[in-house]
Amino acid sequence: MKKNTFNMSLLLAMLLGCNAITQAQAEELAYVSNEKDNTISVINLAQHKVLREFDVGQRPRGLVLSHDGSTAYLCASDSDSIQIIDLVDETVTGDLPSGEDPETIALHPDGKIIYTSNEDDALLTVIDIGSRQVITQIDVGVEPEGLAVSPDGKLVVVTSETTNMVHWIDTETYENIDNSLVGARPRSAKFSQDGKQLWVSSEIGGTLSVFDVNTRQVIHEFTFAISGVHRDKVQPVGVELSRDGTTAFVALGPANHIAIIDVASMDIEEYLLVGRRVWQLAFNQDQSKLLTTNGVSGDVSVIDIAKRKVTHSIKVGRYPWGVVVRGAK
Amino acid sequence: MNKEISQLIRCKISAIKRLTWVLSTVCILLFNGQSAAENAPLSFEVSYLKLLKDHVATFSNINALPEDSGLLGAQLAVNDANSTGKFIGQTFTLSQFELNASQDLLKRIEQQFKSGVFVFLVSGDSGVFEAIDRWAKNKPVLVFNVSEPADDMRQTLCLSSVLHTVPSYRMKSDALAQWLVAKRLSKILLIKGEGSTDEHIAHAFSLAAKRFGLNIIEQKVWNFNTDLRRSTQQEIPIFTQTSRPYDVVFVADAHKDFAEFIPYNTYLPRPVIGSAGLEALAWHRVIEQWGAAQLQSRFRKMTARDMNELDFSAYLAVRSIAQAAQQTDSGKPAELIKYIHSDAFELAAYKGRKLSFRSWNGQLRMPLALVQPNAFVSESPQVGMLHPTNELDTLGFDAREMRCK
Repeated sequence: MKKNTFNMSLLLAMLLGCNAITQAQAEELAYVSNEKDNTISVINLAQHKVLREFDVGQRPRGLVLSHDGSTAYLCASDSDSIQIIDLVDETVTGDLPSGEDPETIALHPDGKIIYTSNEDDALLTVIDIGSRQVITQIDVGVEPEGLAVSPDGKLVVVTSETTNMVHWIDTETYENIDNSLVGARPRSAKFSQDGKQLWVSSEIGGTLSVFDVNTRQVIHEFTFAISGVHRDKVQPVGVELSRDGTTAFVALGPANHIAIIDVASMDIEEYLLVGRRVWQLAFNQDQSKLLTTNGVSGDVSVIDIAKRKVTHSIKVGRYPWGVVVRGAK
Repeated sequence: MNKEISQLIRCKISAIKRLTWVLSTVCILLFNGQSAAENAPLSFEVSYLKLLKDHVATFSNINALPEDSGLLGAQLAVNDANSTGKFIGQTFTLSQFELNASQDLLKRIEQQFKSGVFVFLVSGDSGVFEAIDRWAKNKPVLVFNVSEPADDMRQTLCLSSVLHTVPSYRMKSDALAQWLVAKRLSKILLIKGEGSTDEHIAHAFSLAAKRFGLNIIEQKVWNFNTDLRRSTQQEIPIFTQTSRPYDVVFVADAHKDFAEFIPYNTYLPRPVIGSAGLEALAWHRVIEQWGAAQLQSRFRKMTARDMNELDFSAYLAVRSIAQAAQQTDSGKPAELIKYIHSDAFELAAYKGRKLSFRSWNGQLRMPLALVQPNAFVSESPQVGMLHPTNELDTLGFDAREMRCK
């Protein structure tokens, strides 16, 4: 009898266990590239838990998801390639030719073209995913970094960290149509959902510039002030704009905070404390949560956007760099 | 295979780009004479002048700096400035002169100035800079000291025409002293060589020790006439035996004549800092944060060696002028000089902080790395070291410490 109970409870535990796994698969997963570990951490966003890590190429940094979410494209900088990762098997299935030292990556809205910045060679490389061929390489400034494609797919912009510029490039002709100076060491670039604005962060300049895309003129420039943090340590890096166009979130690097901005009034509304040297940001699918990668503390902070509160801190690998969220199936 | 193709494409593209650039320039000249004159490409010539020094004999030659140190840093910065310059119509060139005596260097600088050059990077000693400063009075020139850490140049000589991109001995001493405070290592045995520079370094450290409340329990001069390679294990322990205990040994040995033999041989098993062991440097190959990894790899690709502090100082000097040229869009020396000295000037230099020049002595303020030969250990200013205006000014001579003669 006793033995039976034991078996029953074991069976129950197994069933519950199976159930938990099925549930986990149905939940949102976040993928974080760990620059110094050559791995990707897989986080279950419902449980706020790292499920596992899998190996990728050397010095993994920027990553982006395919439109259907089945595939990730990852800059393996020291492997000099963009790796194609099947997210169902969590294995690297192939490479795209990227030129040397790719750092960041952006996908054209048509899902067929990838842009990557070659940090050591001052180039922007354009890659056709289908044929796995480089279409062209475009000269840009020293240490190209932030990349963004306009929602209509007509423009790609790249920032260059040591040249302090935003380069505006026509996606059809590959012509560099304009160069705009911004604050020192520009890092991230993000188009607004309507394509009318471009937001660019400058890490050492400590500024965030908002461009009018039509005129390519700066219409607003933010500086940030956090009490108790020297202004030189407030260094804007990752930028995310909410889908509804109301709110912007900016990672402030070694200030260990993110800023929340009301887009309509251009007011900085709040600062939230996250992990150390906060780098990149990503929303979950319904934009109820924002994830931050914190390079020095080696963790990911999860922010509840409605409550404007950091709810979880999840330990990942060494120097987490990029983060993407894959929706529930 | 793919790499070859991409390289081929890259060559073609850059050729097309160059052609387009030439054509568009021609078009501007043809159809828009007025604005072409306003937007004429700006060109900047940078002269790198190096005063050759007598070779100092040391026990071991393995630590000697490569002969082209400094120059190659300047070259990389010129390359970077040209990459930027192609988008804004600015070009930079570098010329180099090696001179045997300070009089020759002065003659050369005058000659270059007369031919239109106004940016000079100088690798020399205190005496040369004093002479250059007298020469430069009321001339629209930018003179960068890329090599000499001497403290008198930052405190008493008051060289109004010289900017220092290399950190001073005092900055390095403060950086180490702050680390000692953070580690609560307060009792120090100070060892110095017999040279005047060794004395200078020891003095800088004693000022830092006083500033940060550290206790130098004893000072000793190394003057043993022995072959250290054979007998360090016998000689150093006796030399470092003291009547009172110490937490750490500071070595002042400018040419690393004996310093590298002190670690692991001290009477008490204590860390060694200063000229060996843990060093305070503006640059070292182990630095990789804040984008430094990219600069390191660009430099290695160009030179097939690691970037050292002298290379970095020259790199910063050229970057300063390039930054000023980019921001002011001006080729006028007076405008550039004014901008570099202004509060608006900010240099991103792979240090995680914006750098700028101190108004009272022309020193570039910067965080310093504390490194051992194979790893980055710490960075000063240490967390918690406060200053009324800028924490970076806890390293080196602050405004109120100036004693102009």
